[in-house]
Amino acid sequence: MPDLLIELFSEEIPARMQPGARDALRRLVTDGLVEAGLTHGGAQAFSTPRRLALAVEKVGAESPTRHEERKGPRVDAPDKAVEGFLRATGLTRDDLEVRDDKKGRVYFARITHPGRPADEIVAKVVEQTIRQFPWPKSMRWGRGSLRWVRPLHSILCILSDEAGARTVALEVDGIRAGETTRGHRFMAPAPFAVTGFDDYQARLRRAHVMLDAQARADHIRAEAESMAFAQGLELVEDRALLDEVAGLVEWPVVLMGEIGEGFLDLPPEVLQTSMREHQKFFSVRNPATGQIEKFVTVANRETADRGATILAGNRKVLAARLSDARFFWENDLRVVNEKGLEGMAEGLADVTFHAKLGSQADRVARIEALAREIARKVGAKPDLAAEAARVCKADLQSEMVGEFPELQGIMGRYYAQAAGHDDGVPEACEEHYRPLGPNDEVPAAPVSVAVALADKLDTLTGFWAIDEKPTGSKDPFALRRAALGVIRLVLGNGSRINLSGDGMVRHVLATANLLGIKEFRLRRSRLNYEQAFRLLSKTEPSDLSDDPSDVDTSARDEQIRSQAEGLANDLLAFFHDRLKVHLRDQGIRHDVIDACLYDHGSDEKRADSDDLTLLVKRAQALSDFLKTDDGDNLLQGFKRANNILTQAEEADGVEYSFGPDPRLAETAEERAVFAALDRAEQAIAPAMQAEDFAAAMRAMADLRAPIDAFFEAVQINTDNQVVRRNRLNLLHRIREACLQVADLTRIEG
Amino acid sequence: MTTQTDRPQSFQDVLLRLQTYWAGQGCAVMQPYDMEVGAGTFHPATTLRALGPRDWAAAYVQPSRRPTDGRYGDNPNRLQHYYQFQVIIKPSPPDLQALYLGSLRAIGIDDALHDIRFVEDDWESPTLGAWGLGWEVWCDGMEVSQFTYFQQVGGHDCHPVSGELTYGLERLAMYVLGVDHVMNMPYNAPDAAHPLSYGDVFRQTEREYSRWNFDVADTDLLLRHFEDAEAECARILDAPEADATGRRIVMAHPAYDQCIKASHIFNLLDARGVISVTERQAYIGRVRALARKCADAFLQTEAGGAGGVV
Repeated sequence: MPDLLIELFSEEIPARMQPGARDALRRLVTDGLVEAGLTHGGAQAFSTPRRLALAVEKVGAESPTRHEERKGPRVDAPDKAVEGFLRATGLTRDDLEVRDDKKGRVYFARITHPGRPADEIVAKVVEQTIRQFPWPKSMRWGRGSLRWVRPLHSILCILSDEAGARTVALEVDGIRAGETTRGHRFMAPAPFAVTGFDDYQARLRRAHVMLDAQARADHIRAEAESMAFAQGLELVEDRALLDEVAGLVEWPVVLMGEIGEGFLDLPPEVLQTSMREHQKFFSVRNPATGQIEKFVTVANRETADRGATILAGNRKVLAARLSDARFFWENDLRVVNEKGLEGMAEGLADVTFHAKLGSQADRVARIEALAREIARKVGAKPDLAAEAARVCKADLQSEMVGEFPELQGIMGRYYAQAAGHDDGVPEACEEHYRPLGPNDEVPAAPVSVAVALADKLDTLTGFWAIDEKPTGSKDPFALRRAALGVIRLVLGNGSRINLSGDGMVRHVLATANLLGIKEFRLRRSRLNYEQAFRLLSKTEPSDLSDDPSDVDTSARDEQIRSQAEGLANDLLAFFHDRLKVHLRDQGIRHDVIDACLYDHGSDEKRADSDDLTLLVKRAQALSDFLKTDDGDNLLQGFKRANNILTQAEEADGVEYSFGPDPRLAETAEERAVFAALDRAEQAIAPAMQAEDFAAAMRAMADLRAPIDAFFEAVQINTDNQVVRRNRLNLLHRIREACLQVADLTRIEG
Repeated sequence: MTTQTDRPQSFQDVLLRLQTYWAGQGCAVMQPYDMEVGAGTFHPATTLRALGPRDWAAAYVQPSRRPTDGRYGDNPNRLQHYYQFQVIIKPSPPDLQALYLGSLRAIGIDDALHDIRFVEDDWESPTLGAWGLGWEVWCDGMEVSQFTYFQQVGGHDCHPVSGELTYGLERLAMYVLGVDHVMNMPYNAPDAAHPLSYGDVFRQTEREYSRWNFDVADTDLLLRHFEDAEAECARILDAPEADATGRRIVMAHPAYDQCIKASHIFNLLDARGVISVTERQAYIGRVRALARKCADAFLQTEAGGAGGVV
């Protein structure tokens, strides 16, 4: 069975598109072969800047012959129908068979699809692959109409076996497939023929092309690391850059150079970002000082002067770039020294955050107010949290962040330090954006946490207030990420915040009022944030309405408040949804969370369900507990009691919640349940108080044995109605005891 | 292989070598367009000639103005007035990359010593309603050219596709000549009777235009000029196709001049900082609408292929 080798040789393919292109090439070709009935062995795809290649082992020599039988019209059907059938099958009337069928005598066609040779199938599959290739962006060139990522120059397509290699006859828009390729653009440009994959890879290597992107990346990393190591330095790891650079060269030559003396005092993040973004340089760090002292660049060729000219050129370009960076840095520091960070932030008033949510300055004011409100909940001083919030977005106005947006926050930290802020304020400038993704670390410093929470809660309440919620796959303002950020901030720090009360409801109202969002029908004269915030505390009389004809201002107030609460509830539900996703990833089941989220027998959520830390503590304890033997005991004991009770309550139409009387107990088993309940309740109450849910559930689990013995010994539905009611009331007491941690009826299985 | 005399000695030497090289490749060497533009692409020899079915090959230098880049002649690399060298060939020849590398050799960049790379950089001009795919070409980590296969201009698909090359002449020449500050670059031969540096030629104008661009240009007047150019462009295109004697003459080029004007005035207003972020999009949209109409009109002309290509 022959091996197949395909190479699509083009002008330079963008590095970022190469991994996707390798996958697509392998998938389209192998799927195409299989679909055409051709078997094949392993398939491996490769890319360099100028070529996409695919090697498929052991391709079948031909596809099998297939026979198909198709039922046609009845013999007495109109001619038109028969002719149609003949056209569809490509047969003549003589070829048809006539058979008896339920419906009468019917024409049958036996069609033979002869097997096709591999060459023919490969030619077709390759052409289809080229024509349908899913490039993220493609183009035409010259007079042609073919689309490829950049002009496609040649196609190599050969099948090779012991007998030798043969070119697959194939032509796409005037490009005829052959058996030749080319080496490195500058170092070995002459075309050469190949006989199979091993030959191809070996000859390419001699022609200064490393075919495998991973091999190029490994080579670059190893060379760079050893060069740095030889000088007592270390390479700053950058996986994404490594992959990109490996996609930019066919023959990587690693060169290390000096960053000019005059730039070494720039913040390392600035050096690193400027070098990476503009030059695709790696940073080389002095492990003793943490300073970045050198750079590594990867050239695409060897030269007679061992890269001296190339390195000198790169150094010069870097110097020009870093001069710009230093210029920004010095200008920014001058602004900060003259006017403080608040001065730098002045321009935020002219920057629109969102047309309906005001300017960045408006937003900063809201974040400041909210950060002050929630500071104590996370152990921060309110004044410090407010100070940090006031300056946390200032660096968006700096020249450095204007040039390098990815340095936002980091420059804020440097400039805050320069402006004399301390006590966690500079760190908050950097950390309040975090966590940026599901794997990003969560800040722990109290001031950072306060500002980070306020920032995200303001984003969420704001977009909720203007009804811009995420739908389906659309989440243009990254609100899911913001909600997950809040969840991780709260959980990661064990913060005890009632999101609705402490954060959202009043913030929604204050925001709506500040922005004059009509739907809330707030009065026209804007309150300041604190006034609006205070007005929500229900004890104070207020007049939130802007309608002068309103006589009953308290009724209108109530309406506006309930509107804000509705919004906050909706947002809380969004948090709960995100939380479920988050906890599912940590192995906590959906039904376990629901059991902790809802009140028993109701669609209402528990009043404390906006305290995410408590909610998760409960869910975690329940999840862990259910995996133990005691967990099974708890569940079985509870269910047995609850099922009988529920049936009786439904049948009788009453709730047996009067409290059982131990004096009416008739048997020892019954009395034992009373005693067990007394013990359990005594243990549960303090455990619940201490939020030691495991201890509470252990106490509940101890009820199982007495419950089982009780059911063995006594009949609930006895004729004595007094005794029966007492027993049902006893079951009710069991249910109440067991429902304190979670609504166990929601646990599946 | 490379000897001292192979290397250009001055800014104008680089320019002349590029002209000679591309003339040798069969391009019509044209002269700069006589209007203020932001880039060589605006020259009708590129914008309009990229449209329609007729073959085309041109090379020219184009003085370009970017008011926001003015630094009073102090910055070693930034200028509000600079030169672009532009090559456009339709249809794009299959060996355009090789031809381009030849042009680098012509100005003394020996690819045996340098690292030349084609790094993805797609080109888009929102004001021209144009885009293409290509690269920025790096020489030892420095961007020396933009290389683009035009896909659309003025909202029309380009067919055939033009290959376009743009060289930032000052930057390229500084590199080739080993100069660190643009103003110190020899403009003519250093051993000429009257050797002139780039600064001798342009320092004064950089200072004057920087001040004018940033502080003095009358924004109200500019806004009026913008409206005038916009109105005139529409008026020209609305004129009947036949003139008084009955000859059919579609005036795509005069209309396009007004589009160029509007675009440059927009750049000046932008430099003055009087255009807000939201307005900015609206202005760009207005210029694009003009470019689109001019492209439509050009396709109705003989040069644009109306009536078929012989």
